Amino acid sequence: MAAAGAPLAREPFDRTLLLVSPAALFMLLLFVYPFVYGLWLSFTPKEGGALANYTHFFTTDNLWPTIWTTLRLALPATLINVGLALPIAFKMRVKTPYQRWVTTILVVPITLGTVLIAEGMLTYFGPKGWLAQFLQFFHLYDGAIRLTHNYTGVLISLVISGFPFSFLLILSYITGIDPGLARAAATLGADPKAQFRHIYLPLLAPGLAMCFCLAFVQAFSVFPSAVLLGSPAGPTRVISIAAYEAAFEVYDYSLASAIAMIMGFVQFVIVVAVLGLRNLFYRGPMIGGKG
Amino acid sequence: MSAAATRRVGTLVDRAWRGLLLGFMTLFVVNIGLMIAAVATSSFAKRWLGTWLPEGWTTTWYTAAWKEFQLDSVLWVTVQVVLAVVLLSLLIGVPAAYTLARREFPGKRPLMLLFLLPLMVPPITYGIPLATVLYQVHLAGTIYGVILANLIPAAPFVILVMTPFIEQIDPNLESAARVFGAGTGRVFWHVLVPLLGPGILAASLLVLVRTIAMFELTFLTAGSDSQTLVVALYYAVFAAGVRAPQSVDAMAMIYMVVTLIWLLIALRFVNPTQLVSRVKEHPQAAA
Repeated sequence: MAAAGAPLAREPFDRTLLLVSPAALFMLLLFVYPFVYGLWLSFTPKEGGALANYTHFFTTDNLWPTIWTTLRLALPATLINVGLALPIAFKMRVKTPYQRWVTTILVVPITLGTVLIAEGMLTYFGPKGWLAQFLQFFHLYDGAIRLTHNYTGVLISLVISGFPFSFLLILSYITGIDPGLARAAATLGADPKAQFRHIYLPLLAPGLAMCFCLAFVQAFSVFPSAVLLGSPAGPTRVISIAAYEAAFEVYDYSLASAIAMIMGFVQFVIVVAVLGLRNLFYRGPMIGGKG
Repeated sequence: MSAAATRRVGTLVDRAWRGLLLGFMTLFVVNIGLMIAAVATSSFAKRWLGTWLPEGWTTTWYTAAWKEFQLDSVLWVTVQVVLAVVLLSLLIGVPAAYTLARREFPGKRPLMLLFLLPLMVPPITYGIPLATVLYQVHLAGTIYGVILANLIPAAPFVILVMTPFIEQIDPNLESAARVFGAGTGRVFWHVLVPLLGPGILAASLLVLVRTIAMFELTFLTAGSDSQTLVVALYYAVFAAGVRAPQSVDAMAMIYMVVTLIWLLIALRFVNPTQLVSRVKEHPQAAA
């Protein structure tokens, strides 16, 4: 049977490959083409030479600082999210009914999305919300409580939507590691801390780097909460707001594409840097383990 | 003695660390819960200004929000968009996943990368060039533009969820069907689809939940009569100054109920981590 099937499979053209073509064509048409078109459009500005959009971006006072504004939000948010998610996910690596409950609760803020979180935060964290009332009632903090319409508000919303994401991702990486390895180490006298340092951390390094990149890229493209919860004219004027304004308020699609390309480029630089760091970090423990 | 002291300090630090983590977790979950409760309370409040609980209770905000935000047409658009995205992403994604699971061919790796990229690049980054293109072909502002835009993350998502599902099905079953003369189409409908039922159900529920909550792409491509629920909610919060906050909160509750019902249904069939961990395939694909 196999012999009869083999020549069929090796025919010059395998028709099964056709099944992938609608998906490939669709992605080429609606993902790759817009990107290439956007790149081309960004070099054909309304007026001026090919680089006019980019020089405009880097010389205009309400455009180029948006890169730093966004980084100032995205980097701390990512560090908080991954930094807290890692130890908590490590603590919960053992499968219990408890784990199922926590993952179910944490998936709720992700599903609700940033718009609903923003509305909830405006009601709950606002100057007259329950949190402010609680803090003032118990005199924990007597000054004016401003957690919305500023930098802090956007940072909190990034943690609310980003922490569950990082946690669930790291948890799925940790539970993918064979617990037999840790058990073997425990027989040799390793406490949980040593197991974490010498077994889980090296094995998790690629997953952690990936999680950091994804969490960062999400935080970097923050849009609804920066508008609704921040002060979109001032300290939380992030780069996606600048791109949106250029496209839908000024109708300068060329400049908007240039800003989107710059946004993609900054994300790419950070991702490459993190993945590069991961390689440096990963080699150490491997050599230590063998030596 | 000093060793014992060090150990005692060690356990103290350990206990403090554990307490800190537990404290953060509790704080996080409690505050999320209270946040949702605050929205719910406000949506039923007659007047609520700086007190623990509102002065009276009413349900009029819901009817007000329903009329004010034209929720009947918004909900109808949402249903159409979500159904179209689920069906089309299955139609495009499942055959592609089959090929990727069963065949080795030149160019498979770049193709996998092509399907992974839309899940790694945030929607707002590729949404702006995409909206530009859709405006040029006069699709943006219509429901078709919204459906097309939402398919970009949905179709690759189906591929990534379905590929491992198809890999675990024994290829001998297909060979047997072929021996008895079934063509690719019949193998697909009579052998694969029944076996893939659970996988297809899981993929469509995940796509459904993600499409209801997908804000950025819909926001960038929707016109005034092709808004989905989440975009309508955004505009309601954005223009909150002109409307009573309770009316916006009532709308937020309607959105929340719609999303959570589907999330609860989805969680009966999928693991919560599946909503985010589609990227787990990436290291294997890239390595």
